[in-house]
Amino acid sequence: MHSSEVAQQLKADATLEISNLDVFFGQGMERLQAVKDVSFSVAKGGSFGLVGESGSGKSTVLRTISGLVGDWKGTININGKSMDYRRDRAFYKTIQMVFQDPYASLHPRHTIDRTLSEPLILHGVGDRDDRVDQALLDVGLGTAFRFRYPHQLSGGQRQRVAIARALMLEPEIMLLDEPTSALDVSVQAEILNLLADLRQNKNLTYLLVTHNLAVVAHMCEDIAVMNRGEIVEVMSVETMRKAEPQHPYTRELLLASEGYVPE
Amino acid sequence: MSKPLLEIEDLWVRFQTKRKVVEAVRGISFSVGRERIGIVGESGSGKSMTGRAILRLIREPGKVKAGKILFDGIDLQSLSEKEMRGIRGHRISLVMQDPKFSLNPVMKVGQQIAEAYRVHNKSSKAEAKKRALKMLEAVQIRNPERVYDSYPHEVSGGMGQRIMIAMMLIPEPDLLIADEPTSALDVTVQMRVLQIMDKLVRDRGMGLIFISHDLNLVSSFCDRVIIMYGGKIVETCRADELQQAKHPYTRGLLAALPHIHSPCERLSVLERDPRWQEEPSVDAFI
Repeated sequence: MHSSEVAQQLKADATLEISNLDVFFGQGMERLQAVKDVSFSVAKGGSFGLVGESGSGKSTVLRTISGLVGDWKGTININGKSMDYRRDRAFYKTIQMVFQDPYASLHPRHTIDRTLSEPLILHGVGDRDDRVDQALLDVGLGTAFRFRYPHQLSGGQRQRVAIARALMLEPEIMLLDEPTSALDVSVQAEILNLLADLRQNKNLTYLLVTHNLAVVAHMCEDIAVMNRGEIVEVMSVETMRKAEPQHPYTRELLLASEGYVPE
Repeated sequence: MSKPLLEIEDLWVRFQTKRKVVEAVRGISFSVGRERIGIVGESGSGKSMTGRAILRLIREPGKVKAGKILFDGIDLQSLSEKEMRGIRGHRISLVMQDPKFSLNPVMKVGQQIAEAYRVHNKSSKAEAKKRALKMLEAVQIRNPERVYDSYPHEVSGGMGQRIMIAMMLIPEPDLLIADEPTSALDVTVQMRVLQIMDKLVRDRGMGLIFISHDLNLVSSFCDRVIIMYGGKIVETCRADELQQAKHPYTRGLLAALPHIHSPCERLSVLERDPRWQEEPSVDAFI
């Protein structure tokens, strides 16, 4: 099937729809295509996973959607609205991102209160006091954390703050870039549970990027496997569980995730 | 299994700060033979400190105290700093987690690997270069000639890690301490690196201490596992029996992992029991 036909087929009630996305880095002779002809769509309330190894372009797709990468071609449709190179305020109220490393993504000299208030100030939202308290409660931290600094928090607590920050503007779509890969497994379980609860309670749509197949199987209904900038396979989580992926690269990933295989 | 390569009894690592003494490792005892032994635990469990303490790499204000650190019949605690340098890198190597901080930024990577070889073996420069290139090839670097002449900032993280591993393996150590050596690598590359280490254990009888937080990986790769919590060994078992572990901490860690084949609504969250801190450390001898 031609990729544009796939896009057509998936179009029905998609909240987030990407078709024929190409992303480039660098200029002139050095110009490098990091993402090639990527198409997929996520329905409202759905959870879609992008898996692949480092350099496969999965994070680049997220960063392009969120407007952090400028040099791209193709269409990015959000709620039926096609995205331009410039993004307006309404865009950032619809879509928010959680980054990989909670040690790097929070401003070290800003209190949690300031970090969480900033998006509200930028968007002129009132009622800031109550909203910050509510966000802290939503992510299971409690209001006692409000005037602390990031260095006074553990990795898991920081990631909760990062999730709270993304939720401040009540977005519909959350872009999650390896949200638990910097955390211990016990903390990872807490964060994944929190994300599942939030999705249910707030009817959020997730686009999750990870290299961990077990995490993606736990969190998502549909999974796209990326390799060298291209999507090599889109499958449902059931297909992956039944170990029926078509592409050899997917099989290799699946095998490696089971643990060590001697030569 | 014959006589152990490394024996450690009652190892403590303490950090004296202004206000209090932090005990990173609290009286652990274990031994390592010519086998693959995994040390697992979460961040702060003392697993990395254990590896560093063996090589006397704990900096001030940290203090190491042990009843016994015996490596191949040598009492490591009695050695002078100079004698210790003859052990470090030559007979016991350490691969650290982050290649960015372990490679010399102003020296070509190939020269660094060749130097590692020449320091420990009498050889010509040409011979060292040949060895270094062969080692780069062994760690699955596609274009060894080009990488040999690169500086550390010109290679990716995954490649940097493979370069580190090549450098640590080239003197052919008797014991390799690998501290999260593959955490930064892609699964497929990780597999290759593990196979290289596995081969060295099987063919040359190297001992391997594999420090990791990845329970699945350790249980499939190692022979024995030590589980650390709060600076102590809470449990030890054969790696293939890790799934039947008894300690509530180990059980909690295993239950917190998502699985591809057994879907669940919610992951179980580890409940920590303060009594775990008070339990005596379990001995993990061969």
